[in-house]
Amino acid sequence: MSELPGDLLYTNDHEWLRREDDGSVTIGITDHAATSLGDLVYVELPEVGQDVESGGEMAVVESVKAASDVYAPIAGEVNAVNEELADDPEKINSEPYGEGWIVRMTPHDAIDESELMSPDAYQQLLDELED
Amino acid sequence: MGSKTPLYDNHVDAGARIVDFGGWDMPLHYGSQKEEHHAVRQKAGVFDVSHMTIVDLGGERVREFLQYLVANDVAKLKDYGKALYTCMLNPDGGVIDDLIIYFMADRAYRLIVNAATREKDLAWIRQQAGPFAIDVVERAELAMIAVQGPDARKLAAPCVDAEWRDAALALKPFNGLQAGDIFVARTGYTGEDGWEMVLPASEAPAVWNRLLAAGVAPCGLGARDTLRLEAAMNLYGSDMDESISPLEAGLGWTVAWEPGERDFIGRTPLEALRNSPDRQRFVGLLLEDRGVLRNHQRVVVEGVGEGEITSGGFSPTIGRSIALARVPAGDYDRAQVDIRGKLLNVRIVKTPFVRNGQIRIDV
Repeated sequence: MSELPGDLLYTNDHEWLRREDDGSVTIGITDHAATSLGDLVYVELPEVGQDVESGGEMAVVESVKAASDVYAPIAGEVNAVNEELADDPEKINSEPYGEGWIVRMTPHDAIDESELMSPDAYQQLLDELED
Repeated sequence: MGSKTPLYDNHVDAGARIVDFGGWDMPLHYGSQKEEHHAVRQKAGVFDVSHMTIVDLGGERVREFLQYLVANDVAKLKDYGKALYTCMLNPDGGVIDDLIIYFMADRAYRLIVNAATREKDLAWIRQQAGPFAIDVVERAELAMIAVQGPDARKLAAPCVDAEWRDAALALKPFNGLQAGDIFVARTGYTGEDGWEMVLPASEAPAVWNRLLAAGVAPCGLGARDTLRLEAAMNLYGSDMDESISPLEAGLGWTVAWEPGERDFIGRTPLEALRNSPDRQRFVGLLLEDRGVLRNHQRVVVEGVGEGEITSGGFSPTIGRSIALARVPAGDYDRAQVDIRGKLLNVRIVKTPFVRNGQIRIDV
């Protein structure tokens, strides 16, 4: 398994968040999640402008094998979605932390880091899953 | 931990993701299910199917027994090695299992039944066999390897002893032969040319390694499922089960109605359903919108009624989602499928979707 990017925050549901300079937050799924799902073939994205609650369904990623919900790790308004995924969902497999991003949100509140995981904490979760 | 086939260590060595399948620890994929799928359509792939149950039947009355046990007619098997696909029905006409029967020798047949249905199949066969005095012998010591794809036979040929190689390569579809220790049959579950090989478990790892060294891609259950779906080959437990007759699962062609006096188990209820105008259709669907069709999604036919997807997924060859579905009787070629509350458009298409590397539907 490749090394986790150190500048991201993570969730129990295997999502990642990047805080952008303009205050928005980019969200995707981790390499672990993408690998577990297998080759992705379709991504159902939310509408730009849509309001999502923390823990609410935000997107659906479908692999050859199964469909899986992506939950919003924070509450906010969707301000961009990765349209490239419509034609190339496998970007999530090949570059989960880069070109494979899924949604960009404007958070409603300041991000509470205690609700999320640091790279070290997420790595520990992955290590436990390996055992 | 589940049961392991003789090739379990080979799967782990090849980087397989192992999953439970009917109590067996089986490879789901070795990295990319899609690449494995394409390898079979374009060149050659190999599957460990040793989890499947092999049952040898013998006895004076074995042919008569099989003519009673299954819906297809083993009288069609005139030459040794010839294979027959059929369903084994309960008295209500529901499918206990689907299977392949090989005519091995005089008064000897081999049945290949599903892994997940092993126990009930063996119990049912033994129960029905009683009055016919049939020897029912499970061959758990045998492994089974499927090599599939346009180049499969050529690449697998060196695994067969030189003495038998030309004869093996000359086999016609749905024919097999015992080539020394290896039984080779030109059959499969992918819609491609290829062989299924039944061999002693102790020899399986060497054959597997030899195939991989020849450039044959190891393929897991994931690719096996998308390949068989494109080929519109039924999966037991998804497309049919004990509550569904072969006539409602697209398997009418496997029911031998003639001779009319052959009284196979389940014949009477099947006869009643045969000419029923209300009999459900079993069809192929192509999703015209973006998305992925999945098992159990609701199919809505406006003004007619509702049906259900029995096998759905993404077709790597077509690049669109396809499905098999059971839908109400009627003359229509369009429907909608309920995907997470949205009704998406599907077209009913003639199956198979893909055969021998070629897309066979209009997309």
